[in-house]
Amino acid sequence: MASKLRILVPVKRVIDYAIKPRINKAQTGVETAGVKHSLNPFDELSIEEAVRLRENHKNKKSPMEVENILALSAGGPKTPDVLRTAMAMGADRAFHIDVPESADGGPEPLTVAKMLRGVVEKENINLVLLGKQAIDGDQGQTGQMLAGLLGWPQATQASKVEIKDEAGTVEVTHEVDGGIETLRAKLPMVITTDLRLNEPRYASLPNIMKAKKKPLEKKTLADFGVEDKRRLKTLKVTEPPARTGGGKVEDVDGLISKLKELGAL
Amino acid sequence: MSGARNISAALRRARVPRPRIVLRPALPQTPLATAARSFSASSTVRADKQIKYTSDAYPNIKRDPKFGELTAEDVAHFKELLGSQSAVVDGVTTDATDDLELFNSDWMRKYRGHTRLVLKPGSTEEVSKVLKYCNERKLAVVPQGGNTGLVGGSVPVFDEIVINTSRMNNIRSFDQASGVLVADAGVILEVADQYLAERDHLFPLDLGAKGSCHIGGNVSTNAGGLRLMRYGSLHGSVLGLEAVLPDGTIVDALSTLRKNNTGYDLKQLFIGSEGTIGLITGVSIICPSRPKAVNVAYFGLESFEQVQQAYLQAKGQLSEILSAFELMDGRSQALVHESAGMKYPLEGEYPFYCLIETSGSNAEHDMAKLETFLENVMGKGIVADGVLAQDETQFHALWRWREGITEALSHLGGTYKYDVSIPLSDLYQLVEDCKARLTEKGFVGDDDSFPVRAVVGYGHMGDSNLHLNVAVRQYNKEVEKAIEPWVYEWIQKRQGSISAEHGLGIAKREFIGYSQNETMVKLMKQLKALYDPNGIMNPYKYI
Repeated sequence: MASKLRILVPVKRVIDYAIKPRINKAQTGVETAGVKHSLNPFDELSIEEAVRLRENHKNKKSPMEVENILALSAGGPKTPDVLRTAMAMGADRAFHIDVPESADGGPEPLTVAKMLRGVVEKENINLVLLGKQAIDGDQGQTGQMLAGLLGWPQATQASKVEIKDEAGTVEVTHEVDGGIETLRAKLPMVITTDLRLNEPRYASLPNIMKAKKKPLEKKTLADFGVEDKRRLKTLKVTEPPARTGGGKVEDVDGLISKLKELGAL
Repeated sequence: MSGARNISAALRRARVPRPRIVLRPALPQTPLATAARSFSASSTVRADKQIKYTSDAYPNIKRDPKFGELTAEDVAHFKELLGSQSAVVDGVTTDATDDLELFNSDWMRKYRGHTRLVLKPGSTEEVSKVLKYCNERKLAVVPQGGNTGLVGGSVPVFDEIVINTSRMNNIRSFDQASGVLVADAGVILEVADQYLAERDHLFPLDLGAKGSCHIGGNVSTNAGGLRLMRYGSLHGSVLGLEAVLPDGTIVDALSTLRKNNTGYDLKQLFIGSEGTIGLITGVSIICPSRPKAVNVAYFGLESFEQVQQAYLQAKGQLSEILSAFELMDGRSQALVHESAGMKYPLEGEYPFYCLIETSGSNAEHDMAKLETFLENVMGKGIVADGVLAQDETQFHALWRWREGITEALSHLGGTYKYDVSIPLSDLYQLVEDCKARLTEKGFVGDDDSFPVRAVVGYGHMGDSNLHLNVAVRQYNKEVEKAIEPWVYEWIQKRQGSISAEHGLGIAKREFIGYSQNETMVKLMKQLKALYDPNGIMNPYKYI
């Protein structure tokens, strides 16, 4: 029987990648107050891909229909901003898992993976599309841990995703050293996304309006039987040593004397 | 965090256009302002072609015989005066044709002079000594900053000495409390803005050429730019100036005061005078706090009528946070699409596009206002479709659709540029009338047999300032005759300005009468004669 895709796209609200992060005074993490935040760029790719899977079916390019795209994010009170963006791009509904804001990037990957397992089971998800990493913690573990917990096949760092048939055979291409590798698996599965996958769309005004009316439910970790336990402790966060800049010389004579001074001539 | 930044770098390489790529590659740190005119990079087709001499293009302009001829003694004097070897580019006693070419021609490859000497003084005192000597010897000079002008004002016509400000590039002071910046004329606009950014302030002027242009040049041409609507013109934000008159007098009006009603406000004379009565060496300017929250939206609209309605709504509902309202027509966006290969932000195609920017101090308040506005214009059907930048990447990408127009046009060949100010209701009519006129004459077409490739309009809606650009395959006298003086007459009928922000230079010099009456021109000539009796400052131009 032909089943439909029920996609979960976990996303994260992070400091905008174009902003230079600053370390907080206590050296426990980066300064987040008053800093522009956006949707994690890799998660943008995941949402785009989920929406394209739906459009591809409508254009008869993909054999499986997309029944539902659920966006999910764990974080503080501003988290709904990125969920609205996700819904403006095409997700159908969203879960906001209420977790207090913290300077260290929030719950650890294993906690997140356990939470996602809970969501997958409760919401009867058969495809999880998630960014290969979030650009704040750069841990890049959640997708793999989730696949492990669920016992599902996984394809990481996808640069192309193709649904091959109605039975749910999925072909994923990803870049490896010296070439590309093509993996094939059957749903349900976990796919993590990489830069080459697609070019995310802009959130259009009509869709931003519509997104406001789409359902956004607030949940807690406890709803999925998980606790925010930390195994790691951040001791100290510091800047890398500053680079010493170059110098300028007035003219050729200046250059020669500088070179002599440095013992190069 | 270094890992995160590496990813960022990877992201940048992978899919992000360099933020705010503008007219041409910006080289903010370049010691030679003119070296930044790496125009040839984007115009390989014409790189080998020589630029026509301005003196050939304007045969009615003759070298004024009252000006002295440069001699080897003059050059020796300047070399001694300026000391440093790098301060003089000498084409009188040596062959320096290639080195001089940078200073002799403009980035549009439209104007070219015959100068044989470039001087780069390092201080106001040196400028004073140079000018005093030139005045005594009646040697004509051209003050030059980043040489990014659009009307040929910063390049010589004949053998005028180029006085380039690039070696005067120090920021003298900044006061955090008042926001007043005092800097040398040769500081590059982007460098000044970066300096201010580190101090949570903003230079009240922003324009496409910011990576090359000098703030002294900006002031002397009264540059307008992208945010005039919000921060006002330089006549308001410049608090003081330091300038040198042709006789060597140093005019020290470098006030940092907001209010100073003591006598004539003489600094205003230098703002927009294009180096015809003195050379600006220092600027004191009041800078606003850098906005903490900036948003950009990009719309498609069905008619110019709706563009005007959208503008009214934006003014009403976004009022104090509105920082830019830019208009781009469909053709201009198609050109950006073709030349930069970017994906259109919107799905459908529209005859008009607008870019709105808001800048404020509180992201949530601003977003709430912006969303109300967007719901309103969408709900009323004023705007057909639109997008809102969700992050910095998209913010810069959307701005490229506006700022990339000049660059896109430059890939196509030559461009006749008209920078006009007309009442808002008639703003776009000029483009339509011009296109109809050129089409009727059989000039416009898609293949190489037609001289004109496209007639496009874009500009600063918020300032009633339109850029009418006629992109041609080659500069062509027939086309030029069809446009001029027709376009100026058209503007005169509507009491508009034939040069809203680009100035007069050599290009618009003879057309001043379309926007200024005889009395005004007479008064201007009196001022010029008073401060520059020998007429050595930037001759053959302006008035």
